[in-house]
Amino acid sequence: MIDPQFVGFELPVHTQEVEKGRLRFFSRAIGETDPVYLDEDDAKAAGWRSLPVPPTFLFCLDMERCNPYDYLETLGIELGEVLHGEQSFQYHEVPCAGDRLTFRSRITDIWARKAGTMEFVVRDTDVFRGETPIAELRSTIIIRHRDNHES
Amino acid sequence: MNLDPHSPEVGDDIPELSTAPISRLTLALYAGASGDHNPIHVDLDFARYHGMTDVFAHGMLVTAYLGRMLSNWVPQQAIRSFAVRFVAICEVHDQISCKGRILEKITANDETLIKVELTASNQHGVARVVGDALVALR
Repeated sequence: MIDPQFVGFELPVHTQEVEKGRLRFFSRAIGETDPVYLDEDDAKAAGWRSLPVPPTFLFCLDMERCNPYDYLETLGIELGEVLHGEQSFQYHEVPCAGDRLTFRSRITDIWARKAGTMEFVVRDTDVFRGETPIAELRSTIIIRHRDNHES
Repeated sequence: MNLDPHSPEVGDDIPELSTAPISRLTLALYAGASGDHNPIHVDLDFARYHGMTDVFAHGMLVTAYLGRMLSNWVPQQAIRSFAVRFVAICEVHDQISCKGRILEKITANDETLIKVELTASNQHGVARVVGDALVALR
C-alpha cells in the first residue's frame, strides 16, 4: 500500500527551456501538419513569438527533469504497474520556443480500490515563466498490483 | 476571437480528425519526442513481464491527437482547459478518430466559453480516450 502520508509531498522544482528542434520533433511524432507548429516563419506570420508549445507538450516538458519517475520511486511504485488514468490542463498563456518554464509539483491525493489491488495517485503541477502563471496540470495514475509475474 | 465560419451551437460537431494507424514506429518516435521513455510502450519483453500481451500506446499520444483536433479548429490561445480520461488501453494498429461536440455555452466574466465533449475511438468505434475542453468564443 502507498503511504497516504505522501499527500502533500513536493517534488523537486525544475526549470526547462523550450527547444525549437524538440517541438518540431514532437509535432512530427503526433502527425501534426499545421505549419504553425513546424516552421518558425509560419508561426511568426501567424502572430506567435516563435513556435508555440502544443496543448499537451507541457506534460512532456515536465518529464525533462533528471528522473521523470522520481516520485514513483519515492512512493514505492513499480513503473511497470502504472497506467495513466486522467490528465487535465488549465491554460493561462501559450508559451513558445525559447521560453524557460518552471514546474512545481506535489502529490495531492492517494486512495485505493478493489481491496488495495488498484491504487490511485494524483499529482498537481503549476507551470510558470518567471512569475507569470502559464498553466496547471493534474495527473492521475493508476497502480495495478498483480500477485505474481508470468513469464 | 471568432470561430470560423459560424458561431457553433449546442449539439454541433466540430471538425473531426483521423490519424494513421498507430505503428510500433509511431510509439518509438513518440517516446523520443515526448520524453516518456516508459518501456511498457516500446519494449515487448518489459510489457510481457508485466502481464501485457503487447506494448501499447501512450495515452498522451492519443491526447495529442485530440489536441490537434482542437488547435485545427480554433487558435490555440482560445483553449482554456483540456481534460481527458483514459478509458481503455490503445493498442498497436489502432486507427484513432477524434470527434468533438458542443455540450454547452457558458458566459463567465466578459467572455463566452463553450464546453466541447471529446472522444477518441479506434477503427471499431471503441472509445480509448474521452474528455472535454473549454474554448473561448469572444
